[in-house]
Amino acid sequence: MSRLYDKPEVILAEFVNPGALLKAAEQLRDAGYKKFDSHSPFPIHGMDDAMGLQRSPIGWIAGLLALLGCSAGLALQWWTMAVDYPLVISGKPYFAFQAYVPVTFALGVISAAFASLFGMLIINRLPQLHHPLFRSDNFAKVTDEGFFISVPSEDAKYERSKTRAFLETLGGKNIEVLRDDD
Amino acid sequence: MSDVTTKDTAPLHHGEEPLIAGNPSFGEVTDKISRIVERKTPRVWLLALLLTGSLTLVLLGSIGKLVWEGIGIWGLKVPVGWAWDITNFVFWVGIGHAGTLISAILFLMRQRWRTSINRFAEAMTLFAVICALIFPGIHVGRIWIAYYMFPLPNQMGMWPNFRSPLLWDVFAVGTYFTASLLFWYTGLIPDLATLRDRAKNKIRKIIFGILALGWRGGNRQWKHYELAYLILAGISTPLVLSVHSVVSTDFAVSIIPGWHTTIFPPYFVAGAIFSGFAMVMTLSIIARKVFGLENYITVNHLEKMNKIMLLTGMMVGYAYSIEFFMAWYSGNQYEIFTFINRATGPYAWAYWTMITCNVIVPQIFWVKKWRRSLPVMFVASILINIGMWFERFVIIVTSLSRDFLPSSWDYFRPTFWDISTFVGSFGLFLSLFLLFVRYLPIISMAEVKGVLPQADPHFYAHKSHKASEEENK
Repeated sequence: MSRLYDKPEVILAEFVNPGALLKAAEQLRDAGYKKFDSHSPFPIHGMDDAMGLQRSPIGWIAGLLALLGCSAGLALQWWTMAVDYPLVISGKPYFAFQAYVPVTFALGVISAAFASLFGMLIINRLPQLHHPLFRSDNFAKVTDEGFFISVPSEDAKYERSKTRAFLETLGGKNIEVLRDDD
Repeated sequence: MSDVTTKDTAPLHHGEEPLIAGNPSFGEVTDKISRIVERKTPRVWLLALLLTGSLTLVLLGSIGKLVWEGIGIWGLKVPVGWAWDITNFVFWVGIGHAGTLISAILFLMRQRWRTSINRFAEAMTLFAVICALIFPGIHVGRIWIAYYMFPLPNQMGMWPNFRSPLLWDVFAVGTYFTASLLFWYTGLIPDLATLRDRAKNKIRKIIFGILALGWRGGNRQWKHYELAYLILAGISTPLVLSVHSVVSTDFAVSIIPGWHTTIFPPYFVAGAIFSGFAMVMTLSIIARKVFGLENYITVNHLEKMNKIMLLTGMMVGYAYSIEFFMAWYSGNQYEIFTFINRATGPYAWAYWTMITCNVIVPQIFWVKKWRRSLPVMFVASILINIGMWFERFVIIVTSLSRDFLPSSWDYFRPTFWDISTFVGSFGLFLSLFLLFVRYLPIISMAEVKGVLPQADPHFYAHKSHKASEEENK
């Protein structure tokens, strides 16, 4: 956060449609803003590039957890069937890995499923029921038909009046400065 | 920057009808779907819930009686130790598969028509799997020791047998339910935020506020959200194939003639998708009528589902005939007897009901006019579900009732409690479904908005380009 602002704040500007939102995001990116966000009721194609965002790491998280889940599943079956209480069943070997494939697979899948949902929530810092943006009544439209750009004061380029003026030149409407002051 | 995108913006082919008819705006989509949840409780809904709730009580009563008396209250006796209980289990698990196919496989294949029916079908999956899980749970008889099914340390120091398909089933179906639930909830988050932002009273605001987790629709959130959704779709895709394959190994790994065949896994999966689509069809025809969603679930959507039913119906028909061929080709007299007995023995009536409903009925979908006719497809979808229930009954009961030793042959008849448990499970399924359509958005608003033509930012570039061209003229 810039030292100028003792309380975190965010400027919110509304845009008319996904096309205008995408253009505004490109121009903010080119102007050197790094931490702004564009809000829309549905994901917009090309927005990651327009904002200059990297690819999400969730694939790696889910993949790693899937491997861990598979290993844990196989280890569980090996230990219970071949080490802790070995039983001869139909004369098969104690560690008959072929028979252990379905459970190993199931545990890998379930680990990856948990990893993707909870990984997504953790990276997105959700649940987060309190946020300066929710102070705007206009922002309720974001889950309906509203398209917004928000620039937080954490951004190095943030300057209240300049940023505000810049958003206006980009075609932003209903511009609000929202402070987190309680 | 990444070359791979998780966003689907494939343009419509020339002359293709739009996915959502009536050309609604974003706001109209929100309004239409949210109002179903926000309006006053309709009286018809209450009456329907009263009826299905009563049927749920019949299920609970039947389970109570079962726990008190034991599984002898069902018509089970040697040699038929599995009958309606496992038939119902396989029937309900199978129905769930259409939901996963629609939400996962069709998503990966960029079949954008799925957005109108996926929420709905996923909910159906969850409720069907809940009904399915009841049956193996209660058929063990002494359900207070049902925890033996799980690898929990216990007083005997013993573990369940991981070499048994019955245990694979516990893990496969358990995983299936959990993964489907996570997938469903992930899809719901943006729509729950919509309901939160529209909420007029405090209680709704708090409940949907908590459930939406503070979703703000920022692209920094969407980015992770979309990849998480894609991965959930990706890992659910093998589940569509694996869960029913594992269910089929419950039979295929045994030595009973008519069960011990390698065709079972693909045959069961095709049947599961077939029956699941039939159930989605039945429910969506009712829902689009009741809630006036004709523009969202269009006849085109229904026709596509009918084509899938035609395909999977023929796969099932192929499996029925190849089973006969293999029985003959194997030269095994027990195998040959079992199949001749299926078609001409005491259960021939069930076998031919199955053939009629599953093989003959879907052939009407070759005719485009019938494929697009609501009454025709409604009746066909119900017949197919009846046929698919009979398929499982035929497989399980005909093979068991005439096993290797003719002196032990018997004819299975259901008792009152067999029937009440099955009918009751429909009560539970429909009650859960009624609660779902009343309290949650039945169509994914965020996804439907995403497939509207005006959702594509290039839609505007194109327009302004055209406008400036005209100005130049």
